[in-house]
Amino acid sequence: MKHAIDIAAVVNAKESSAVAELATSMAAIAQKNEAIHAFLYVDTDGANAFAAAVDQRVAQGEKLPLAGVPVAIKDNLCQTGVPTTCSSKILADWRPPYTATVVERLIAAGAVPVGKTNLDEFAMGSSTETSAFGPTKNPLDLSRVPGGSSGGSAAAVAGDMTPISLGSDTGGSIRQPAALCGLVGIKPTYGLVSRYGLIAFASSLDQVGPFAKTVTDAALVLEVIAGHDPMDSTSLPEPAPSLVAHVNDGVAGKRIALVKELYEGADEEVVAAVKKAVAALESAGATIIELSIPELRLGLSAYYLIAPAEASSNLARYDGVRFGLREQGADVSEMYEATRTAGFGAEVKRRIMLGTYALSAGYFDAYYGQALKVRTQMIKAFAKAYEQADMLIGATTPTVAFEFGSKTSNPMAMYLSDVFTIPTNLAGDAAVSVPFGTGENNLPIGVQLLGPGRSEATLLAGARVLEIADGRP
Amino acid sequence: MSSPLSREEVAKVAKLARLRITDAELEQFTEQLGQILEHANDMTSLNLADVEPTGHPFGLINVMREDVVRPSVDRDAVLAEAPDAEGGRFGVPRIMGEAP
Repeated sequence: MKHAIDIAAVVNAKESSAVAELATSMAAIAQKNEAIHAFLYVDTDGANAFAAAVDQRVAQGEKLPLAGVPVAIKDNLCQTGVPTTCSSKILADWRPPYTATVVERLIAAGAVPVGKTNLDEFAMGSSTETSAFGPTKNPLDLSRVPGGSSGGSAAAVAGDMTPISLGSDTGGSIRQPAALCGLVGIKPTYGLVSRYGLIAFASSLDQVGPFAKTVTDAALVLEVIAGHDPMDSTSLPEPAPSLVAHVNDGVAGKRIALVKELYEGADEEVVAAVKKAVAALESAGATIIELSIPELRLGLSAYYLIAPAEASSNLARYDGVRFGLREQGADVSEMYEATRTAGFGAEVKRRIMLGTYALSAGYFDAYYGQALKVRTQMIKAFAKAYEQADMLIGATTPTVAFEFGSKTSNPMAMYLSDVFTIPTNLAGDAAVSVPFGTGENNLPIGVQLLGPGRSEATLLAGARVLEIADGRP
Repeated sequence: MSSPLSREEVAKVAKLARLRITDAELEQFTEQLGQILEHANDMTSLNLADVEPTGHPFGLINVMREDVVRPSVDRDAVLAEAPDAEGGRFGVPRIMGEAP
């Protein structure tokens, strides 16, 4: 499949059309989706209309950054009239009456949304195995998970069904599937991208971001979706940064810190890839230092109290009154209980209960309150590291893509697959996962570059150096 | 090591969260939530009395807008997606009991 930037170039030049590019994408979906299950819903009529509109705009002389580029949308982002399920039975038949700002911006930039992709239910999981509608397969090895929670969006791109897609990242849900599927994935700075129309999981952590095969495509998508949105009160009051213009800036003179806590415990082949990436950055002119940030080790514990606590509050709205599923009950309380019991899957129930417990009288200070203090410690530790380094490097995940069922019986084992990605969300910072080398069974390994808030341009330039060093000029 | 939380506590939490759980689920959730809380011992055992909590990465500030009427989502479009609606309102089962 052509890259997004190349599709936009030929559509803008009228050498191709949005309708023709869409046909290529739709044919790939028709051929592959049944086996991969990346898409929960393919919006054929809507996509045809969007593509026709793009061709009309181009005919009238408009130049659009994503002209005619098919895009897959994670199914926790609202699009008017298109089912938006969060991969949950509780929203199975819901069609939102409004569209997420990020989807509006993609459409305005000429992209063509083709459908909604599978995720772990309410984005709670790391493999898509908690989806109420069945898991997504990793297109590189159908016996393995694509990662999660944005596994469907990763598989849509890795399976060459669309060149780009949107996901959301609360504790690693873009970077982890990007690593497991051999893609570039960005978790933007908190507030850089609007969350209006993103169905909330943990509001102080959630961010929307792109998947793409190349650093440049990922930068292009982020440029389109970033920037202030008055509909999101947590949106940073500033315009989108310039990213594509800086992807080839390189790393000469940059200080890059290899952080022990961001690779220790990973498989040997993953550690080897990280060290090789460090060498590549050094050859490209970066100064390498080694750091230990012990506070990062507490990230997992803090995250698994903060995120469920916020989720237990956010998911209180699914009560059978305003949208989605309703199970009958003799009175309103019974109706609430019957609806939530039937509508939520086991992982969502587990996290709602954990969060409810962490927030309940008698335990609040010991668990939730303590986790918020750890969050402060982590932010300070990161800030100190960024006095010494422009960016940090480590692994994205401890292993390559794992097999279905290998972690489903033990929640803690599944949670550990996010151990290197979680700290960035707690700090509200930016991070990028970029494919670098392969491991077991030729499966891709992801290397993670982390930076302070608003460091996306620097991180993407670093990722581009690694992309070139890994043989993708 | 005994679980940091009891089956009774888990049952209470389920009730607070408006979830019905079976005996088998109670057993399973008690064990799994216990494992997660045990993992959190690395954090709960720290003395952080002097540390300020962070609820939000950049701190939340109130965002104000001009007090002017502007379009919002159409009421009928919202109600059309509700499980039950009548006369411009959401419909729900009985909330109060019969008068004595």
